[in-house]
Amino acid sequence: MKSAQTDVIRVLVAKLGLDGHDRGAKVVARVLRDAGMEVIYSGLYKTPAQVVTAAIQEDVDVIGVSLLSGSHVPLFRELGRNLREQKAEHIFVVAGGVIPERDYPALLESGVDVVVPQEARAEVIISAIRDLVTARGRK
Amino acid sequence: MSAPVRSVGTARPAYRASMDLVGEVREGRVSAIARMISRAESGHSEAAAALAEIYRHTGRAHIVGITGVPGAGKSTLVASLIKSFAREGCKVGVIAIDPSSPFSGGAVLGDRVRMTDAAEATQCFVRSMATRGHLGGLARATLQAVDVLDAAGYSPIFIETVGVGQDEVEVVTAAHTVVVLSAPGLGDDVQAIKAGILEIADIHVVSKADRPDAAATVSALHGMMSLGSTRPQTSWSTPVLAVSSVSGEKIMELKQEISRHWMHLQETGELADRQLAMSRTRILGMARDLFQQKFDEDDDALETRLHAVKSRKLDPASAARALLGWEDDFS
Amino acid sequence: MTLYSKAAIDEVRTRQGEWEARELDAALRSRPEEKERFATESGIPLKRIYTAADVADIPASDLGFPGAYPFTRGAYPTMYRGRPWTIRQVAGFGNPEATNQRYKYMIQTGQTGLSTDFDLPTLLGLDSDDPMSFGEVGRCGVAIDTIEDVDRLFDGIDLEKISVSLTINPSAWVVYSMFVAVAEQRGCDFTKLSGTLQADPLKEYVAQKEWIYPVRPAVRLLRDLIMYSAKATPRINPISLSGYHLSDVGGNAIQEIAFIMAFTIAYCDEVIEAGMNIDDFAPRLSFFFISHQDFFEQICKFRAARRVYAKLMAERFNAKKPESMRLRVHVQTAAMSLTKIEYQNNLMRTAIQALGAVLGGCQSMHTNGLDEAFAIPTEEAMKLAIRTQQIIRDEINVTSVIDPLGGSYFVERLTKDMEDEIWKVLHEVDERGGAIKLVEEGWFQQKLADSAYETFRKIDSGEKISVGVNRYVDESSSAADADIHPYDDDCTQLQIDRLNDVRSRRDNALVTRLLDELAEQALSDKTNLLPKTIELVKARATLGEICSRLRDVWGSYDEPLIV
Repeated sequence: MKSAQTDVIRVLVAKLGLDGHDRGAKVVARVLRDAGMEVIYSGLYKTPAQVVTAAIQEDVDVIGVSLLSGSHVPLFRELGRNLREQKAEHIFVVAGGVIPERDYPALLESGVDVVVPQEARAEVIISAIRDLVTARGRK
Repeated sequence: MSAPVRSVGTARPAYRASMDLVGEVREGRVSAIARMISRAESGHSEAAAALAEIYRHTGRAHIVGITGVPGAGKSTLVASLIKSFAREGCKVGVIAIDPSSPFSGGAVLGDRVRMTDAAEATQCFVRSMATRGHLGGLARATLQAVDVLDAAGYSPIFIETVGVGQDEVEVVTAAHTVVVLSAPGLGDDVQAIKAGILEIADIHVVSKADRPDAAATVSALHGMMSLGSTRPQTSWSTPVLAVSSVSGEKIMELKQEISRHWMHLQETGELADRQLAMSRTRILGMARDLFQQKFDEDDDALETRLHAVKSRKLDPASAARALLGWEDDFS
Repeated sequence: MTLYSKAAIDEVRTRQGEWEARELDAALRSRPEEKERFATESGIPLKRIYTAADVADIPASDLGFPGAYPFTRGAYPTMYRGRPWTIRQVAGFGNPEATNQRYKYMIQTGQTGLSTDFDLPTLLGLDSDDPMSFGEVGRCGVAIDTIEDVDRLFDGIDLEKISVSLTINPSAWVVYSMFVAVAEQRGCDFTKLSGTLQADPLKEYVAQKEWIYPVRPAVRLLRDLIMYSAKATPRINPISLSGYHLSDVGGNAIQEIAFIMAFTIAYCDEVIEAGMNIDDFAPRLSFFFISHQDFFEQICKFRAARRVYAKLMAERFNAKKPESMRLRVHVQTAAMSLTKIEYQNNLMRTAIQALGAVLGGCQSMHTNGLDEAFAIPTEEAMKLAIRTQQIIRDEINVTSVIDPLGGSYFVERLTKDMEDEIWKVLHEVDERGGAIKLVEEGWFQQKLADSAYETFRKIDSGEKISVGVNRYVDESSSAADADIHPYDDDCTQLQIDRLNDVRSRRDNALVTRLLDELAEQALSDKTNLLPKTIELVKARATLGEICSRLRDVWGSYDEPLIV
């Protein structure tokens, strides 16, 4: 690191609802760490309100949520509502996990910025996040 | 099909100058506090004046360091403490530190997992921080983050150190009260002794008190302390408490000990000594950081001397003195 | 006694040396092999060819015969010649009557046993009207709140005739109580009830991550369930030790078996400690493994697991009955291997994995639907999955000979290598203080997370091939046209209405008193909690009320920080 003024990208990797499948979330956490990002892991069984509170306090650039339980549509709707309510719409939302393509429009509507397909390679996930942060500029 | 699908995107708020955030920090606005800590972490010179302004409004908070080896249960303990202080109406702040990867510079910060319930209470603020290469158990911007929370009216403020074992002593000169956590069954010895952090404790805590081997750890700590006074300049006698995450009763006792130590510092005047020690550490630490930063940003002065040292025309100590402008090296 | 004479082995070695010097050497000179190193998925090195010399050290007694110690060659003496494996497709979604309808369809298609998936609130001991249940009711499985839901689930199904598998975990003892109470209402003969509960708590903490209480009380609930079921419902398997999920979160074949055997040891210790003889409950311990991608390693895994289990039961626990040493296994093909891209390929993947399970000697099987990578399988997908098993069973003649790969130099060597690796892990677990302690410390969790990351890296770098995903990629392929099982949006409200209805017509004072008594009993681990729980479900206490009352006593689980 040449410059001390590097803005490190911070990501909250979160699990929402009762979905216990955390393999993907943990793999992604490591992938992002290895890409030089700071990853805050939420742990399991978090409500959308808890996730948004954490995201604000941690001042993350991105909330990454992996869902495999099939309840992504209502949970992302709640997450989006909480982000608006707590005036935190500046935080990007990246969705991953098992999400059928026909649900993509509903998620984007709820405030999800990027849906990462299940079989995406590491570099796809990393650049999706970097692109969002770069487009936004300094926070 | 393997490409991500994006929304058209919404407009994001424009960059706000750090100085403009100071007022909101002092009013306790969570998003401003969080952003100000990020500015401190990033080390942007833009934030320097704002942080200086914030510092002028600090000095009220009781800063409590929590240290101990990994697996001892620091996060669980902090989570319990947050709850017990919050119940009495305190605005509790937490800075939890985890190491950055030396390879990528990234980090996985997991301490928050334990604290979610506690952090949900609106009067608490929990922030995870990566060391970003800083040694000593804290992150470079830890103390500035504590300042931000202090200025925003948080007290007590807990600093949970990295807990990698050795070299955790920096917290002594960062906190008013240091709690050292040990756990039974992590080895034959008390790990605090091994880690060299026995002597920095104002309060010793043994976790997992419901386990049968906890009593042995408690008596080992008592034994070690009777061998020599830990901090000769104080009249405080270091208590040893066994706590279990199952029973809340001992947490209350620990909470009282922490408050009692804070009272002790104020009543005996030892607080002033600590504050001086803390100031000294901060000035020197900051000087080191600035020095490092100077040559990270503009390394010509360093670069020219690298070759001289490599070819043995110059020794490293003289080169360092020259960098500080203390003497001429190329005579 | 080994299988070959020393002279025969010496001759094989000499001949192999000659072959290596001539034919092999010439071949390698003209064209090197594709890789420097060949290995199984779990990292066991693979040789170019196996000969009698590679199995010379394996005692003949390690092979034995099917249905006899050490069961390497099969659980039963006649295996599929006597009775084919049970086709047991799991189903569960929506309200109980939706799942009931699917059961009836599957029985009509030729399924021979039932298997139920529950929704997340039911698994985690929450009622459908709990705020945490938001969006999850009836989603991943059927929603159960009261005994009346279990009655609806099995409406028109003869519980004495068809075996019922219940994929239920932390709240298993409550669902079991509801099941036996329903059977009692219907006047069933309890000795004829057959089926399996999953009820494997330790694997939940390390893999599937569904928990309510801290580890030790959860194990105590299992102990109570095993002991009660052994007497009340002797043909029900109270536990299905589920290696499947260990693999699902990233564990390799050796970890799958070694970890699940470590958990088996912990459970047996608990039950024995409570005063039960090993032979009075071990015959009803059942297993659930994955059939994954590495074909031969998976087959050998089943064989090695049977041998390790038999030796554990005989040598460590001094079991006397052969049934106590017989590992019976339900198998599911690997959901992790399925892809969303070109999802039709999943049919082929599943068929091959299913064949592996049959060659490995499974007792029952679930083949995944081709759409299982996206959602609950549609009826059409389930039919194809059942047909896959029927084709293997009835068209390709792989069931006439027991353990047809037994005696293959390669298969026997790999079986032995895997067994040795499993023992190594089991010794390490013993040295580190046993499975329960290591679960609490996150030791297993760390191993599995590391293994998952390793697998991801291999797929990401292309070292591990996934056809259509990182090799032979067709950019025009899409999964958008796949049919997806629809979610019934009215499901939650119906469950909530029913809960309100039940609460309004039951004796609430009785429920409160019984809940207090249950809490009292839970304070010490001396009393078996099943009888009181059965009283509770009969009094129409809800699943959520029962689980929550014990949470007040035991607290909830704090996950160790493992990433």
